Amino acid sequence: MHRREMAKVFRHCRVVSMGRTEIGPLVERERGSGLIRFENVGLRYDMGPEVLRDLTFEIRRQSFQFLTGPSGAGKTSLLRMLFLALKPTRGLITVLGRDVATLTRRDLPSIRRRIGVVFQDFRLLDHMTTYENVALPLRVRGKEEATYRQDVVDLIKWVGLGERINALPVVLSGGEKQRAAIARALIDQPDILLADEPTGNVDAPLARRLLRLFLELNRSGTAVVIATHDLGLMDQVEARRLVLSDGRLTIYD
Amino acid sequence: MTDLAAHLVDIRERVLGWANSLRQPRATPIVPPGNVAGRALTTVIAIMTFLASLTVGGVSLVSETAGRWQNDISEEITVQVKPAEGLDMLVALETVRQIAIETPGVVGASIMDEASTGRLLEPWLGEGVDLDELPVPRLVIIGIDSDDPPDFAALGEELRRQVPQSELDDHRAWVSRLVAMARSMVLAGSFVLALVLIATILTVVFATRGAMSGNRQIVEVLHFVGARAGFIASEFQRHFLRLGLIGAATGGVLAMMVFALIGSWTDSNRATPEADQISALFGSFSIGWFGYAGVVGLIVTVATLTALTSRWTVTRHLAEIDMISPVEG
Repeated sequence: MHRREMAKVFRHCRVVSMGRTEIGPLVERERGSGLIRFENVGLRYDMGPEVLRDLTFEIRRQSFQFLTGPSGAGKTSLLRMLFLALKPTRGLITVLGRDVATLTRRDLPSIRRRIGVVFQDFRLLDHMTTYENVALPLRVRGKEEATYRQDVVDLIKWVGLGERINALPVVLSGGEKQRAAIARALIDQPDILLADEPTGNVDAPLARRLLRLFLELNRSGTAVVIATHDLGLMDQVEARRLVLSDGRLTIYD
Repeated sequence: MTDLAAHLVDIRERVLGWANSLRQPRATPIVPPGNVAGRALTTVIAIMTFLASLTVGGVSLVSETAGRWQNDISEEITVQVKPAEGLDMLVALETVRQIAIETPGVVGASIMDEASTGRLLEPWLGEGVDLDELPVPRLVIIGIDSDDPPDFAALGEELRRQVPQSELDDHRAWVSRLVAMARSMVLAGSFVLALVLIATILTVVFATRGAMSGNRQIVEVLHFVGARAGFIASEFQRHFLRLGLIGAATGGVLAMMVFALIGSWTDSNRATPEADQISALFGSFSIGWFGYAGVVGLIVTVATLTALTSRWTVTRHLAEIDMISPVEG
């Protein structure tokens, strides 16, 4: 899909999801500022050794980065901290300007809606069609279907699933499921997209296609973090790399 | 202030979600409507509610029957007149009846006729016995006002003075035994009912949790797409309330049908010895409004319990996956 079409889809989604008057000033004010900030963050499970140590970095608006490292390096734990599923055992995490240590459970959903997550195992609901899965984030917010139907259809077409809009996940291929999961993560126009091994279950051509999709998304204004150990994928793009090794993070800008 | 705003947003989204669900009846439910775990849960709930309803009905029946025995006996006393040399039995019986009927607290008195007395003695003496040839005591049945009973001692004294062969039996020994037995039966029934209810509650809770375990992924997905905990809990609560109502109503209605069928069978077979025996014990074998109300209460309780267990399980699961500190967790 061309960038112009994609921008149209997202401009539409953004207006629908956030309210027309807020958009311009919000984006201008926060452009380039940090979405998520880690300062000396450490993580340990129970009384074991620290699996993540002294992590200090920032995910900026509209940035694109890979999070990589060998298996067991702590990528998934770091991702879980990024989408507020795990608290650090020490250090400071600031998400969208809020210190996560001060967040209550009630605050979490509204913040989480600004963070899109693509799970490695897709986590689509098997009894719902592609359309219903993608529309789920809007439905749980209590929106009327008439207000988002066209946006969902446009987004599904944008990820290349126009022909599979009424298909159940059981009949979708791995790549199609992945694209449906990506569309679901994007429908609420998040500020940041976190993807855990998004190309782990697809062949090389489809992996390249998914990567292009993430790049287009990034150009439209969404920060993207892709956790992967696929060196071939990373070599296709000149992007920032966050490399985890032995619990420590090295950043290659 | 932030909490209040978040709370208001939460309420708004719940109301909108509820309104949308009314407007869009054909939208796929967020919780899958039917699966093996759901059907198994409905079956377990139906069986346990059926058993618990039978127990409720049984206890209600025993309680009502015991109460009826007690009332029947406490409303009636008898005077026995023993035959003796030179005693005109008919005159003696009439004297007893007159004394009784003139006593305050007595609502009526009747002499048990020979035919009735013969039927009473039939099990021991056989049919066609001429009572005039046998020294058989005769009875006067006295109906008393149970709210304002007569002075039994004074009545007995007066009867013995005018008819020395008479003996007043106010059944107090029987009544006290029956009351004790009735109380024991109700107590034992209540104990059994309590056990069955505890077993029902535990079974429903664990079966619901088992059925919920198959829905963990749905809870997680809803959670990570930004659904509020209240929304997720309400979706599951509604789904499990439906399952609970279907299961509990099936079990409860089946139990009520069992009681209605037995009642109708005893009513339509009153002349047969089997039905007579059951009627002698349980009257019309009707569990009454109290029993039916108990079964309806049980259905509501089981369905509510199922819904609340699902809500509690969702809330607990969300607490497990939400911002958990690995040290605390």
